[in-house]
Amino acid sequence: MRFVDEYRDADQARALAAQITALCEPGRRYQFMEVCGGHTHTIYKHGLEDHLPEAVTLVHGPGCPVCVIPMGRVDDAIAIARHPDVIMTSFGDMMRVPGGAGSFFDAKAEGADIRMVYSPLDALKIARRNPDRRVVFMAIGFETTAPSTAMTVLRAAAEGIENFSVFCNHVTILPAIKAILDSPDLRLDGFLGPGHVSTVIGCRPYEFIPGRYGKPLVCAGFEPLDILQSVHMLLRQLADGRAEVENQYTRVVPWDGNQRALEAIGEVMELRPYFEWRGLGFISQSALRVRDAYAVHDAERVFDVPGVRVADPKACQCGEVLKGVIKPWECKVFGTACTPETPIGTCMVSSEGACAAYYNYGRFTRDRVKEATRA
Amino acid sequence: MTTEQSVLERIERARLRKARVKEERVTLAHGAGGKATQTLVEDVFVDAFRNPHLEAMTDGATLTLNGTRTVFTTDTFVVSPLFFPGGDIGDLAVNGTVNDLAVCGARPMYLSAGFVLEEGFPVADLRRIAASMSAAAAAAGVAVVTGDTKVVERGKADGCYVNTAGIGVLERDVTLGAAAVRAGDAVLVSGPIGEHGVTIMLARGELDIEADLASDTAPLHEPVAALLDAVPGGVRVLRDATRGGVATVLNEIAQAVRLGVVLDEAAIPVAPVVNGACELLGIDPLYVACEGRFVAVVDGEHADAALAALRGHPLGQGAAIVGHVADEPAGTVLLKTSFGGTRIVDMLVGDPLPRIC
Repeated sequence: MRFVDEYRDADQARALAAQITALCEPGRRYQFMEVCGGHTHTIYKHGLEDHLPEAVTLVHGPGCPVCVIPMGRVDDAIAIARHPDVIMTSFGDMMRVPGGAGSFFDAKAEGADIRMVYSPLDALKIARRNPDRRVVFMAIGFETTAPSTAMTVLRAAAEGIENFSVFCNHVTILPAIKAILDSPDLRLDGFLGPGHVSTVIGCRPYEFIPGRYGKPLVCAGFEPLDILQSVHMLLRQLADGRAEVENQYTRVVPWDGNQRALEAIGEVMELRPYFEWRGLGFISQSALRVRDAYAVHDAERVFDVPGVRVADPKACQCGEVLKGVIKPWECKVFGTACTPETPIGTCMVSSEGACAAYYNYGRFTRDRVKEATRA
Repeated sequence: MTTEQSVLERIERARLRKARVKEERVTLAHGAGGKATQTLVEDVFVDAFRNPHLEAMTDGATLTLNGTRTVFTTDTFVVSPLFFPGGDIGDLAVNGTVNDLAVCGARPMYLSAGFVLEEGFPVADLRRIAASMSAAAAAAGVAVVTGDTKVVERGKADGCYVNTAGIGVLERDVTLGAAAVRAGDAVLVSGPIGEHGVTIMLARGELDIEADLASDTAPLHEPVAALLDAVPGGVRVLRDATRGGVATVLNEIAQAVRLGVVLDEAAIPVAPVVNGACELLGIDPLYVACEGRFVAVVDGEHADAALAALRGHPLGQGAAIVGHVADEPAGTVLLKTSFGGTRIVDMLVGDPLPRIC
């Protein structure tokens, strides 16, 4: 596949891996967090860790949109979906995320009209075709998806489609990174910055990370060679004694971000004073809500949302996984009570979730893999 | 201290436990052909109907009737849309049952056809479906010899559902089954994978993706016969890779014999357009349904002869050796990625493409 295969070449990977190994100081161990779930998925899908020397460990960060949704918000969304005149629309990833009382799939099986869409514009299309129904889009994600939600609300407003609203769960990445940096058990040497989020916000907003915390960050692309190259850039900085924001993903990420996308978000949404993150608790100024001017398209105002609070299940250690404090397999319920088909925690739901990625793709010690693939 | 290895062993034990349906209601995942389907079938149906023929959990039951070894199978079709590039629900229903018989090693003989029709369904569409069933039956050398028709009120079904059942005779002295699989065997696929599933997905028109692609639906009894004749005694097991795709079939085999299957990603034939669509949609082609492809596990020593036999038939031209069976990792499918890494290919969870067949 053109424009893709170039970034998946095994020979180039081996060459980069040798350079990475050469940059590692003997006896030193390095822990880098890939902030974005898309990176986690790439790492496992391509078996990227097989190319890394043992001294380098990748820690899976909080950047998986469904993984940070608290259970109460799922229950709220299901409460909206149960209105007989409502069509709830959602990305497929969200369908299996468990709330306090089941998932979208369960609610659908019980009669709620919940449909999978690939874009909020598809949800708007459904609203246009069903004027006698109220269509709600379950909006999730970081700055990556917020612009498309905002653009859809703008279009709904322009066309006067009043039976369309969004249940806004958009979150912003910087407060989450800050929460991790402030965590007392931080053992990270640097960050692979979230490439998709950065296409919108640019690289500048990360400058506080080297500035205030002395940790390097490299905005990384999503093909496996992008990630290896970004690891190489992080090690290069550490070897040179530098801590800077660098951009590996220059073919997509502009240093100053995408002004039009940021304007669309700013027009439609504003920061919430605080928002609950799965496993991380309440973080101030970390999420977006719909502005008053677009109240008619804000499901939280159109419907009487119960505002359910559900404590995370005691056994679930998603929070520690999201902060990189423990590896997925170190969670008490990993792979036994909590599996992709019956997830307890959100990290086990999405293919971008650290636990699901590890369970689906990585569930092996390196020795066993070497044994099995020996020709 | 808990080590990673002990955790992984604990998980393996958990995976071996008898599956139980935990949901109170059926969800779409129960129809996806993956783990949830397996759980539902084992917990509800196998439990209720328990007998040695069923417990073999093969594509069809091998029965000796009056001294003749026959294979009996059934399949139901709810594909949406009913008509799609390369076929429709009619030829899909015939080929699906023909293929279930073929991969059991049988020569398909007679089919039944049952229809559930929704009030208001156009008769012209029904004629079209019947005509393509007739053509597919002729091509496969089978006759539709009995049938049934039911009509339900508007809104109680989606146009037309079709069930077919079929019987065939085992003319060769072969016993195919996962139990015969051993380390060192070769794993083959009969052609490029995922074309049916991606075609259906695009035919729904919800994605605004256009591609020049048609379903791979086809009767497989001829390439299967060519393979069985070319390497008599060398074929361990055959499976048609329908719902859940090649990954699901290989997981079922690996789990049944507690051996590992090691796949080589670079060797797996996937059409560029299927690869591209899957890449865009975040789907792995290994899980996408085929309706005219099968997986063959053959004695490693006969792998090249098996490949040549498959490639000698028009429906097996794109066949390839995609991996091998190994002692480790037991019960698991492992993929050597083109990127030079490795990963697990597990059973499918959830349903990326509902109502694919």
